[in-house]
Amino acid sequence: MKPFAYERATDGSGAVSALAAGGGHAKYLGGGTNLIDLMKLEVETPELLVDVSRLAPVGVEETADGGLLIGAATRNSDLAVHPAVRERYPVLSRALLSGASGQLRNLATVGGNLLQRTRCPYFMEASKPCNKRRPGSGCPARAGHHRDLAILGHSEACVATHPSDMAVALAALGAQVHVTGPGGERTISMPGLHRLPGEEPERDTVLDPAELITAVALPALPFARRSDYRKARDRASFAFALVSVAAALDVAGGTVQEARIALGGVAHAPWRASAAEQALRGAPATGESFAAAADAELAQARPLRENGFKVPLARAMTVALLRDLAAQEAAA
Amino acid sequence: MTGTLGAAIGAGLDRVEGREKVTGQARYAVEHEAEHVLHAALVQSTIACGEIRAIDATAALAAPGVVAVISYENAPKLTAGADGELAVLQSPRVAYRGQIVGAVVAESLEAARGAVGLVEIAYDAREHDVELRADHPSLYRPDQVNPRFETDTEQGDFESGFATAPVQVDETYETPAFHNNAMEPHASLARWEGGALIVYDSTQGPSPARGTLAEVFGLEPGQVRVIARHVGGGFGSKGTPRPQVVVAAMAAKVVERPVKLALTRQQMFALTGYRTPTIQRLRLGASPDGVLHAIGHDVVEQTSTVKEFAEQTAVVTRVVYAAPHRRTSHRLARLDVPTPSWMRAPGECPGMYALESAMDELASACGIDPVELRIRNDTDREPESGRPFSSRNLVACLREGAERFGWADRDPAPGARRDGPWLVGTGVAASTYPAYRSPSQATARAEPDGSFTVRVAAADIGTGARTVLTQIAADALGAEPERVRVEIGDSDLPRGPVAGGSMGTASWGSAVVRACEALTEQLRAHAGAVPADGIEALGDTTEELKAQAGLARHAFGAQFAEVRVSAETGEVRVPRLLGVFAVGRIINPKTARSQFIGGMTMGMGMALLEESVMDLEFGDYLNHDLAGYHVAACADVLDIDATWVEEHDDQLNPMGSKGIGEIGIVGTAAAIANAVHHATGVRIRRLPIQPDRLIERLAG
Repeated sequence: MKPFAYERATDGSGAVSALAAGGGHAKYLGGGTNLIDLMKLEVETPELLVDVSRLAPVGVEETADGGLLIGAATRNSDLAVHPAVRERYPVLSRALLSGASGQLRNLATVGGNLLQRTRCPYFMEASKPCNKRRPGSGCPARAGHHRDLAILGHSEACVATHPSDMAVALAALGAQVHVTGPGGERTISMPGLHRLPGEEPERDTVLDPAELITAVALPALPFARRSDYRKARDRASFAFALVSVAAALDVAGGTVQEARIALGGVAHAPWRASAAEQALRGAPATGESFAAAADAELAQARPLRENGFKVPLARAMTVALLRDLAAQEAAA
Repeated sequence: MTGTLGAAIGAGLDRVEGREKVTGQARYAVEHEAEHVLHAALVQSTIACGEIRAIDATAALAAPGVVAVISYENAPKLTAGADGELAVLQSPRVAYRGQIVGAVVAESLEAARGAVGLVEIAYDAREHDVELRADHPSLYRPDQVNPRFETDTEQGDFESGFATAPVQVDETYETPAFHNNAMEPHASLARWEGGALIVYDSTQGPSPARGTLAEVFGLEPGQVRVIARHVGGGFGSKGTPRPQVVVAAMAAKVVERPVKLALTRQQMFALTGYRTPTIQRLRLGASPDGVLHAIGHDVVEQTSTVKEFAEQTAVVTRVVYAAPHRRTSHRLARLDVPTPSWMRAPGECPGMYALESAMDELASACGIDPVELRIRNDTDREPESGRPFSSRNLVACLREGAERFGWADRDPAPGARRDGPWLVGTGVAASTYPAYRSPSQATARAEPDGSFTVRVAAADIGTGARTVLTQIAADALGAEPERVRVEIGDSDLPRGPVAGGSMGTASWGSAVVRACEALTEQLRAHAGAVPADGIEALGDTTEELKAQAGLARHAFGAQFAEVRVSAETGEVRVPRLLGVFAVGRIINPKTARSQFIGGMTMGMGMALLEESVMDLEFGDYLNHDLAGYHVAACADVLDIDATWVEEHDDQLNPMGSKGIGEIGIVGTAAAIANAVHHATGVRIRRLPIQPDRLIERLAG
């Protein structure tokens, strides 16, 4: 780990100023559960950490439109067990609880969870090339070991996956990410926060370096009361997703009114399954429709040598989750 | 629990150092303090094969706090010993990626680690060869396999015995590389005092480590002291000194100050040994009633270019089942990789995975219950040696396990049970491990206050060794365990063998009993109070062991697994795992149970989770942390239980015990793999069994 300076910000604008003054060598620090690991490996070598883990608002508030506003420094554990989240957005609660370990969730913040770096074993090993770590140095994962990596939206430059479970649920829910920065405030709709690697895999998100996530707003989405998150993984807990699925389903009279579906563990960003959603809208809520929807989405998949299993896995999980949500709807 | 007089053996005594450990008072290697201590950090090669052309340490030496940078150019010369992994910094040659090519010594750990990247090294790299294949052109026949077994054996006429057998199984099973991953990393604190070397080292064997370090540094054994009061696990990887202790001692010599060096988790994947990947061809020939005519077990595995390690993978097949025609063989590929080494039950663990998987396939082929198949092939003599077993209760374990597990109602049809999305199945496999003993010494001392002090250079690597030695001594002395203090973990104590080969308790315990017997004799002859400096007696089992009868001594067991395989995702879960063992006398049921279920949990990891992935382009193990290398988490371990059958064996040692540290991992992976087949109808012959290997073969 390289020596670094540490400042604790007292408010958002102070944090932004401190970061901007760091001249590109500063990072925001939330729970530190990802950044500190990467600093130990010298994958990240910031000269200044600006601690934003205590900045208000912390916690969950009702919004005027019937949604929820979540402070960026809210801990993952607290968000997962919040009664309004559990009741109105179970997909988010379950996604959070399927991530990492209890200890990590106690430390990890919502803002930090969103901004954790993508995962790839080559990215984590500073002695090897990686376009994300050293742009232009090459991507050994593409020819090497990539069993856990992307099948959708990857590029020649990068096949890493975004590891967050929470972000997959937020992508399905269309959460609004509130951001402040040197240029003022703005709001970004999930899944628009994260980007696909393209030619610039070093950029995980659309944020400018000094921009700070202050809050995440969940829109009022009544049918999200019937939503869920499924995660397939090698180990029963404390493992990143091989594939995960977040979904909410609105069915009336046996017909799908609306569906929200996002996939995790398959791309450089949480993958909103828009083609599947489009295919379902107005379709009968049957296994055939769900299979057709999954196929419509996964037609875009470009699996690599070792990760072709993710395509049938994502298909089976999507179909099973939609089927179970429809059955809940029918039983209600 | 308080032991009853004379009945300490068999009591579930709490760990005697338990309070020290849970309150943080127990000090592990680099937690010991030393005045003016410095910290070392390792520079590792970034090529897998070649030579260092130039080293420039200028920038590192200029960094704040850096005291020295050591490389082959300026390192003290070592004496070349048998272990090439310990010839650290002696030449510009690079034999694998991650090999130690330098050490930075600094005033703080941060300064040392921070300067590692400033050491500039230029290499002349050669193309590396890191991939084990069954048809690897460099395969060779080693002279022997670990530790001193014959490489190949043949009895009867295997080829024709197999060829003419009415039922044949001929399959190849593969296991990947596995890393031991003890909780405490390999760590050392070294200092020199007037030409003598003192190290606090995380080791499984203070006495053998002393001998090795004396050899490496050209000292008399009496000039080296190795202290390991507490060790946070080893699983074999701390059975021999690892390079970090040599670097710590070397650095301490160069800077003339004490030096601490603890490996990082990532470094452990290159520098601390691992279980070789194996490719195992099993051929079983049997009559339709399942009785074996021929057993063939041919193994391909890897070693490095710095040291030969030949895992004895097929040796277990010489022990378990009777058959008139048999062969075993081992072939090695010498690759540009770190040297494989001991990992919990080397040989038996991967070997029994393959043999017991093949036995399950034979049971299917014959239409015979897999428990019954094993009973039909039981034997009262060790098949290849012809020696009688001192005791063999495999059948009792199978029967007891079948009863407890509810095996009797099992429907043998594969892929026939479903609970929602879950396919459900059960499997069984046998376990076995040798009951060895090595010569050991111990002293027992009567103190004037009525207590006793027992000393032996044993190591408690989390097994409960200190506790069971307390129990053994208490019974031998006729004293309550509370009056017995056992001192272990120091090479200045009476010489003891390594905590390895499941022989620690049997070896040290034998010497402890002999010392206590001798002390009891002395006390009987002694009139009056115990003098201020106590009365001490020595036990030494060297001669006793030479006089042992020529018997086959092995522990046996049976493991039963229930698995659930998701038809949707291919995820495998293990709701039930039961082990039944026949291991002589159980000295402490509490620590024994922990040993068994710990081994079984590790076996579950082997079956479903663990795999060290070789990066073919760069030549190192890629997933070198615990996020990438999955060991079982609590959520993976559901209903796991271990029990044992009564076994009286007076041909073992004074306690009548067999070692239990390793047998728990033997057979688990086969039991689970066999259960996966029973659940799904899919036979996966390469571990670990994971969704990517299952999903496309499941009907859904």
